[in-house]
Amino acid sequence: MMKPLSIHNLSVSFGAVQVLHEVSLEVAAGECFGLVGESGSGKSTILRCASMLNDSWSGTVEIDGRNVREMPVRDRCRTLQMVFQDPYGSLHPRHSIRSALEEGLRVNGIGDRAERMAQAMRDVGLPVDFLDRYPHQLSGGQRQRVAIARALILEPDLLFLDEPTSALDVSVQAEVLNLLVRLQKEKGFTYLMVSHDLAVVDHMCDRFAIMQHGHIVEILSREAITQGTATQPYSRELIGASLEYERAV
Amino acid sequence: MTNAHPTAPAHRTPQFLTATRNILVFLARQPTSLFGLIVLAVLILVAIFAPLIATQDPITQDLNNALQSPNAAHFFGTDELGRDIFSRLVYGARITLTVIFLVTIVVGPIGLLFGTVAGYFGGRVDTVMMRITDIFLSFPSLILSMAFVAALGPSLNNAIIAIALTSWPPIARLARAETLTFRKADYIAAARLQGASPARIIWRSIVPMCLPSVLIRLTLNMATVILTAAGLGFLGLGAQPPMPEWGAMIATGRRYMIDSWWLVTFPGLAILSVSLAFNLLGDGLRDALDPKQMNRR
Repeated sequence: MMKPLSIHNLSVSFGAVQVLHEVSLEVAAGECFGLVGESGSGKSTILRCASMLNDSWSGTVEIDGRNVREMPVRDRCRTLQMVFQDPYGSLHPRHSIRSALEEGLRVNGIGDRAERMAQAMRDVGLPVDFLDRYPHQLSGGQRQRVAIARALILEPDLLFLDEPTSALDVSVQAEVLNLLVRLQKEKGFTYLMVSHDLAVVDHMCDRFAIMQHGHIVEILSREAITQGTATQPYSRELIGASLEYERAV
Repeated sequence: MTNAHPTAPAHRTPQFLTATRNILVFLARQPTSLFGLIVLAVLILVAIFAPLIATQDPITQDLNNALQSPNAAHFFGTDELGRDIFSRLVYGARITLTVIFLVTIVVGPIGLLFGTVAGYFGGRVDTVMMRITDIFLSFPSLILSMAFVAALGPSLNNAIIAIALTSWPPIARLARAETLTFRKADYIAAARLQGASPARIIWRSIVPMCLPSVLIRLTLNMATVILTAAGLGFLGLGAQPPMPEWGAMIATGRRYMIDSWWLVTFPGLAILSVSLAFNLLGDGLRDALDPKQMNRR
């Protein structure tokens, strides 16, 4: 089941500072949408608000026409999951992989746990006997796969990816990105992905928004990166800088 | 790789057991914490086998043999009523252990609960709970327990209640400080996104993270508990005669101290070595449970 996401006039203030200024965007069902911008431009805040990790915001966020604020917690959890930036911080250091995966199933009263956990491990390409390991016994890439498995296990329709590869080695980045692309093909996820690496966006996303100071500067399609069709000066600057950097590398 | 080991589920208990064994081995390797472990082990064994170890009944009086200095029949001498001090010390180990045990199982959970709840919710809940903690912390704990015992009436049980009431705030403070450091962590956010309730997050994710430092603090706290219990006993507010409580033994022996040094010396040494043992053990535990030390092993 593919579900669209629509964010309308999302505004957030932390104290006196307004972090997001009436941000609106539409993500089509089954699409991968990227959010790009410099640090502090409010990319991750959009994910945290839309997933209700932060609930002091104004505006509306709808998944498939349903307001996230009005969705019961369990429905929301089974519709929307998130993969965090740092796989070293997103897995509980004292929980084995088994209990990390089982937790979501228990909370939501889902049966068939052993079978579902094994399936989730196979989905992310990890051996099933890794279930009895602890996070400190895994590499960064393996941890991120576990974090993805934890998101998958509740069978969501929408995955928020908060810079899922920026804490990983370059070679491992490609593996994880390919895994995410494969999963999207297999399961028909809708992705909303934060990144500040335009190469990652180019690889994954159909469209992306460029953000600055809590505003969306411009929404572009993937081709805009190579063809240079961005119209706003900031977007041109950002894309130009990124291409230059890649040439230098 | 994909076919699971048949022994895979059996890995889970050994994980816990090996951790415990590692900690014990680590403690035994350092002379100071080894001393703590040995004294604690001796204390527990003595308390369990008190009737076998004690040479005489601890409360039977024998006025013909009062105030005898240490000799073959009475290892540590006898007190002003002719009771064998060695036997009284042995039975007193039971009282000391009971006090420590009861105070710890009351204080640990209460402090942990208060601290983690205040730290996790923050805001107004935190303010209210921490101000309550501050009220308890603003009195010296011995004075406050004396006030409680004076109000409740002097007895060993009331002393235990009073000590428990005054020794949970530091634990709560510690648990709150620990909780604050990781309540914004991504794994807590992930648990929330999985739909876990606050109670479940606190119990499953936060408590396990606070537990090591709380355990260390509780162990170090036991020394204070022993001293407070002995202090209350000394002031006549704890265990009542004829119970062989170490602090009360010193209090009664004080009057004969000049001629009969053994009356206060042996209970004093017992209190000293046990509270020292808990302090050293707590220090050792701190090193053993420190994650940085763990990596070095």
